[in-house]
Amino acid sequence: MSLFQEFSKGIVRENPLFRLVLGTCPSLAITTSVSNALGMGVAFTGVLIASNMVISALRKVIPDSIRIPSYIVIIAAFVSVVDMLLHAFSPAVYESLGIFIPLIVVNCIILGRAEAFANKNGVIPSFMDGLGMGIGYTLALTIIATIREVIGVGTFLGYPVMSASAQSALIMVLPPGAFLTLGGILGVINLLENRKKMKKNRNPQLSMKEQVAQPLSSN
Amino acid sequence: MREMIIIIISAVLINNIVLSQFLGICPFLGVSKKLSSAIGMGVAVIFVLTLSSLLTWLVQVFILDKLGIGYLQTIAFILIIAALVQFVEMVMKKNTPDLYKALGIYLPLITTNCAVLGVAIINIQKSYTVMQTLANSFGNGVGFTLALILFAGIRERLEEADIPESLDGLPIALITAALMSISFLGFTGLL
Repeated sequence: MSLFQEFSKGIVRENPLFRLVLGTCPSLAITTSVSNALGMGVAFTGVLIASNMVISALRKVIPDSIRIPSYIVIIAAFVSVVDMLLHAFSPAVYESLGIFIPLIVVNCIILGRAEAFANKNGVIPSFMDGLGMGIGYTLALTIIATIREVIGVGTFLGYPVMSASAQSALIMVLPPGAFLTLGGILGVINLLENRKKMKKNRNPQLSMKEQVAQPLSSN
Repeated sequence: MREMIIIIISAVLINNIVLSQFLGICPFLGVSKKLSSAIGMGVAVIFVLTLSSLLTWLVQVFILDKLGIGYLQTIAFILIIAALVQFVEMVMKKNTPDLYKALGIYLPLITTNCAVLGVAIINIQKSYTVMQTLANSFGNGVGFTLALILFAGIRERLEEADIPESLDGLPIALITAALMSISFLGFTGLL
């Protein structure tokens, strides 16, 4: 697989949130505004890239039997670094993300990438993988946050986008709106996928192949 | 005593850990397909949550704060939780094999349950005393179990319902959770 493919797979095809449904806790909790989603995305991407690279560099040093605790310590170290950096340089984001910054440690995406990718691949592919997955996650968070912020308070990144007469639905920025938005998005993705499958089945070339394959398999 | 009861009620109903604080969503969606496994997971979480909160509180107050190394909180807490879960698993296996059989498979999952780390950090942030910490973590565990069991009950019914194909599975589960969350909003003015 080329480096570009390692990077691009995380954005759509294996999007960690929409396709693999990992890391759902922060995606529901902090998506009340687009600026929160972007802040979380950047913090998350930073931790993912750093931990992916370090774990990949140390993959031959860490004994197999204690790899999970070692990964957790490495990830926790980077989370602490990001936590302190945010506290120092953007206290507003730090305040609004609150407890979900230290909770990046238990975000299953990071441990999942360490286990599934970084401990089998070199440093540079791991960097690309982390970057792609991080951007994919940020994008997914931003989509959810955009829907919730626009419908819930009628603004985007704080700027009003809905006409003043439009009644905003406060429920979208309350907890139920988070579940509703993510459920709706996953439903739409399934719908698109089912359509694609149906189109493929109607494709004559494919059905011919199936016809050829059938007698072969029955033999 | 009154204060303890208020903390517990607030943790179980008003600020429900799953439905209004979004901690522990992974097991909430993953282990809620069957009522029996939901009960098992819930009991395991109550147990580990209370124990780990007590332990992390002691470490924070008597080690991290004393030595002025509060910035190591995240690393220290996650290690304590991981070690505690392993330890509980070993003790259970040896002394109460029946209980181990019932809860054993849920224990390793708890390490990555953000509810456990989340509650431990919240206890420190709100500078609770040791009794308040115990009440808050027990209440949060019960709140998690309550939400999980209710949700599992609904999902068992959903299995037999006629759901549009593209909403089947996770999407309808999340929409159900949204409705449950709306009903829990009704507890807001309770205290």
